Order: sequence, then structure tokens, then C-alpha cells
Amino acid sequence: MNEKPEHFIVDGKRLDGRRVDELRSIKIEIGTLDRADGSCYLEWGNNKILAAVYGPRELHPRHRQKMTRSVVQFRYNMASFSVDERIRPGPSRRSIEISKVSREAFEPVVFTKFFPKTSIDVFVEVLQAGAGTRTAGINAASLALADAGIPMRGLVSACAVGKVDGELVLDLMKEEDNYGEADMPVVMTAGGQITLLQMDGHLTTEEFYRALELAKTGCDKVYELQRQALIKKYSEEYTAEIEDEYIEDAAPEGDADE
Amino acid sequence: MEKRIVIPGDLLSDDIKVSGSGTYVADGSVRAAVYGLMNVGERYISVIPLAGKYIPQTSDRVIGVVTEITYSNWIVDINSPYDGLLHISQYPRRIEIEQMDRYLKVGDCILTMVKDVDASMKVELTLRDKDRELRRLSDGRIVAISPTKMPRVIGRSGSMIRLLKSEIGCNMFVGQNGRIWINGSEDRIDLAIQAVRYIEANAHTPGLTDRMQAFLKAKKKTRFGKTHEDEDGEEW
Repeated sequence: MNEKPEHFIVDGKRLDGRRVDELRSIKIEIGTLDRADGSCYLEWGNNKILAAVYGPRELHPRHRQKMTRSVVQFRYNMASFSVDERIRPGPSRRSIEISKVSREAFEPVVFTKFFPKTSIDVFVEVLQAGAGTRTAGINAASLALADAGIPMRGLVSACAVGKVDGELVLDLMKEEDNYGEADMPVVMTAGGQITLLQMDGHLTTEEFYRALELAKTGCDKVYELQRQALIKKYSEEYTAEIEDEYIEDAAPEGDADE
Repeated sequence: MEKRIVIPGDLLSDDIKVSGSGTYVADGSVRAAVYGLMNVGERYISVIPLAGKYIPQTSDRVIGVVTEITYSNWIVDINSPYDGLLHISQYPRRIEIEQMDRYLKVGDCILTMVKDVDASMKVELTLRDKDRELRRLSDGRIVAISPTKMPRVIGRSGSMIRLLKSEIGCNMFVGQNGRIWINGSEDRIDLAIQAVRYIEANAHTPGLTDRMQAFLKAKKKTRFGKTHEDEDGEEW
């Protein structure tokens, strides 16, 4: 484990060279998994996350079915190799809590009423963890839900704000998360309606409101990336198919069986 | 008109009267509910989803597979979160309960119609119709595509399906649930499946029928080794 650094911010720059209101780099790939109804692979700084959505599908056991709406199920899981020291596989107190709050972050935006008696199952697998896995997982899940064609009021975007060296910083990295004074993950819609807000550490009231504003700018940036990724998926496939077409037409097929 | 890709939450209009399928109204404006293509119709703006499951609606014609026989019902998989129920009385002729498996066995494919869907999503199917089109499918092949892409296989007022049938020279039926039944000689079925896969991959692009024409022409030259004119006289 790395040591606590003496200063988190030197000359306005953070340990990895970012400004205080700058995000780590994000890479998004949609539709990675063929067997899932919707999927997304997301890299955010050192985080590597896979999200898959199945459904709406028949919910078992039957007694958990709701007669008027669909049930959203969310599973957050960390791979045993996702962190420096191997973690025991399977649900832990922490992963159960993250699954619950993440599910509740989606329940207000998903139109569950169209699919009575079914479940919409979201699986988030953390392959590599590097601070902010719950926010990264929610961003990936949001895209996987859209990719699965699930009706929603809108995408949700997630971003964390924290406090280090007495200053508010956006999108905590590992050292800032481990040794910082506060960590506050926020999930909101494009309209700024908050569906999840957690905080660990201490902020004054004034700091809290400033942190929320900062989180909003972060979520807006994430939302823009999510939107671009979704639009790119179909424009890319279109051009790829056209190229295939030419290749296929040019190469005569060796069907000699006729 | 070029169709625009929209994502859930996108603002489509400020006139709430134009809210069509795949949209919702919030704070006096129409927004997209699904990830798909915006379609501006004469009266409504709708969003055509790019993915999603088949949700049965009354009078849909679907292709199902019998999965279970219960007392007086066949349970039919209709490629949906909800199972279909085909009651013994909905078989075209009267049969005894003991003899149900003599007429439709587990694994049999049927071309059936949704008779009714109730609020609890109990889906009642029927094999009774005037034209006797609904039946057990005893030959041909079935391919499945995403139900959201099925309208492109049919085309505007059936233009695409007509093109496929006449150009390839096979019999086809497109179920609302995304399953497509194709019958004809083996190589024609193969070609029809390729054509369907092509539509599936390009379902979000405009001008598909024209490109399909070119696609089939090129395919037929290599596949059948003869031109399109030669085929017209042939009997199938």
C-alpha cells in the first residue's frame, strides 16, 4: 500500500497532475457482451468495469413478482483480483450495500410499469478497482440499461467529490480516497435531480453545497461522454457494415455445389 | 427524412400533444424514453427502439414453440418475458384432452395469433382464424432477430418482405415477436437468412429496400451462378 503523501495539491496540481476540477480519463465501449441484452465496458482512471443488463425477463421466485411493475435487481461485485491484496470472492457487507444504493439510484429513472411480473437484472463486475468503483459501476450500468432498450426517464451519471488538503476536489483517485478528509459520491440525472448521495468524512455546510455544485459539473461531463458513446455505437456500425458489403461483393464465393 | 439517434431523456418537442410511443411527457415537454431513432410522423413523434424484448399485444401474429402441455393448455414460448397459453378450445378442431400431444407436441413450432392479453400479462393464443393461415409449422426453418428490428424486415406497407419473397423465390412469414419462418429449397433459405441478417445489422439506416435489391443481385450472381432474369420462369 502506498504511503500517505505529505501534500495532495502542489502548485494547484494534484498527485496525477490533474486540476482540482478535472476528471480522470474515461473510455466507454457499448455492447461488449453478446449474450447480455445490454452491456457496457468502462474504464475510468484505473477502474475497469463490466456492466451487463438482462431483461425484462420472468422473475423467479414467483412470490417476488410485482403485479403492476418490474423489479430492478442490481448486483455489484468485485473480482477477487481487482485489488492489490486478493479479496474473498462473493458478497460482502460492502458490496451488498453498494448493490442496494445503486439499485435505488436507478429505480426512480426506469419505467418499471411497462413490464409487470418481470425483473430487470443489472450486473456490475469490477475487474480492476482504483477509487470510485461505485460511481464508475453506475455510469456503466446506466449505459447498459439504455443499450438493452429499457425505457428510462433519462440516463444517470455519477461522480465523486472529496476534500484533500482542505480543498474540494473532483473525482478522487486512490490516495485521495484513502487519506482524504471526505469522499462524497453523487448520482444525478441530466436535469440535476439527485438519485444517490453518500458521504464519508467531514464537510462544513458551506463546503457541502460547494461540493454538490462541483459534483454537478463532473456529472455533466460524464453525461456528455455517455451520450457520445451511445450515438457513436450506431454510426460506427453503419460504416463498418458498408465496408463489409464491398468486400463481400468483390470476393466471389466459391459455391461449386450447384 | 434522416432519422436522428436519441438517448433517454432527450428533448423532442415542447408540444405535449405529439407524444407517441417510446416517449414520455414531463414538465410540459416530450422526451425520449428509449435509446433509438426519432421518427417524426404526421401527428406524433415517436422513438423506435434499437433493442428490447417482445411485449405481446392483442391480434399480433407470432411464431411460438410448445414448451409444456398442461391440463387443457399448451404453454408456448413466444420469445417474450411472458409465456403464451394456447387453450385446447383454440385448436382449429375439437380434440380430447387426452389426445393433446397427438396434435401439438413439446418442441413443435406454431404460427399463432395473440387472442388476448390481460393486465397481469396472461397471454392467450389461438390457432383459429378465417383464412386458415395459423397452423403448426411442419417444414422450413425459423430464424430469430431482435423484435425491434422486425418492422424493417416487413418494410413500408410490406415492400421489403414482398421484395424478399419474389427475388429469392421462397415463402416467408415474419412474426411480430422477431421470429421469421422461411420455406423453400435449402439454398434459397440460406440466401433468405443472409438477407434477414443483413437487415438486422443495418436496421437503423435509411434506404434499406434499395440496398437490399443490390445486395440480392450481387448475392445471386455468385450463389446461383445465374442472373435474376433466368429465375422468373422457374417453378418453386
